[in-house]
Amino acid sequence: MRKRERLLDQNELTGFNEAVLPHLDAAYNLARWLTRNEHDADDVVQEASLRAFKYWTGFSGRDCRSWLLAIVRNTFYTWLRQRSIQPELTADGEVDDIDDGTPNPESMVLQNADREMLRAALEDLPVEFREAIVLREMEGLSYKEIADIAGVPIGTVMSRLARGRKRLQIYLTSRAAENCL
Amino acid sequence: MLQRIAYDLQAVESHVQGCASCLIEVDNLHSLVSAVENGALRFKASPRLKRNVQAAIRAANPRASRSIFHWRWASVFASAVLIVALTWVATTRWNRSSEETQLVNDIVSSHVRSMMANHITDVSSSDSHTVKPWFGGKLDYSPPVKDLTEQGFRLIGGRLEYLENRPVAALVYQRSQHFINLFVWPSNGNTGKQEDQLTLQGYNLIHWTKSGMTYWLISELNQPELNECARLLKE
Repeated sequence: MRKRERLLDQNELTGFNEAVLPHLDAAYNLARWLTRNEHDADDVVQEASLRAFKYWTGFSGRDCRSWLLAIVRNTFYTWLRQRSIQPELTADGEVDDIDDGTPNPESMVLQNADREMLRAALEDLPVEFREAIVLREMEGLSYKEIADIAGVPIGTVMSRLARGRKRLQIYLTSRAAENCL
Repeated sequence: MLQRIAYDLQAVESHVQGCASCLIEVDNLHSLVSAVENGALRFKASPRLKRNVQAAIRAANPRASRSIFHWRWASVFASAVLIVALTWVATTRWNRSSEETQLVNDIVSSHVRSMMANHITDVSSSDSHTVKPWFGGKLDYSPPVKDLTEQGFRLIGGRLEYLENRPVAALVYQRSQHFINLFVWPSNGNTGKQEDQLTLQGYNLIHWTKSGMTYWLISELNQPELNECARLLKE
């Protein structure tokens, strides 16, 4: 008989559905922030779910959510390459420090940053910073988990988060200042 | 959240206490993180996407529900399906849409398979308070589960099935030696006929909709007794 891919039996299929499907929201959230587009996010999640399904029997069963998110992330980068979309702006150059030492109006601006402004600011971030912030602040993952998902050292995650937050801060305060004028 | 920020800043914590510009920085981070968290920026997968994912997985694994029984049953199964299909084509007097035809075939196949594979229940219990909660978390709806033991239709359990591109509840009843499968799922609004009754060589099927749910009852049990079962279930 011709060799074929092993298919799952009903129990394994149920196991997969129970373990993976509850994390579809997290998967979609990440995909949506990475692609910045509803339809592309749908495509990426669908493709990632199929990949997850394919690798399911090889999955030893640690943290299913991190595992799925790593697959979503890889699927996104493959998708990006395949569509030969203009490479995203990557994080180059340090962000200048704002250190004027005056009491702190930024804090208030940031607190009041409305949703749309924040969304625009996040979407404007380079993709590595964006994914770090989404995984950290929205999904509540640890540095270690993010490092595993992104395949980089923990130090890099910390630096991306710090730099991403800094950029958000600058973007939001400058937008707020524009709005004031 | 505060803990998390504290952790983020662990490395600089001791320094921060004595440094004015650091304290401003901490303040900014507080604001920023809470803005991201409170911004309701988290997206959720649409129900349509969830359905599509499940359908795609199902399609990627076409043998899932068959691989649990031995190969020698495969030929028996194939013959049974063929006979059922041919008989149905030969005897049908109804003018059905192809979706309905497909659905009826799927229901017959599910019923046949559930008995051939010796896998009629995923949860075995005659207690409706055990069977109903079992579906929680497995389905995005809660099927009504009725115990008809006193009326001669013993509830023996339930299992998950897959019909019309979605997981659905199958409730299993027994009347003497005959098994009865009841498939229940939320109506999608265009399921065709509200009520229906038909016979495919040996199997009687009864269909109805009630309170937004679609029901299909199937068994080799004779028509009057199955009608009685349907009547009790509808009550």
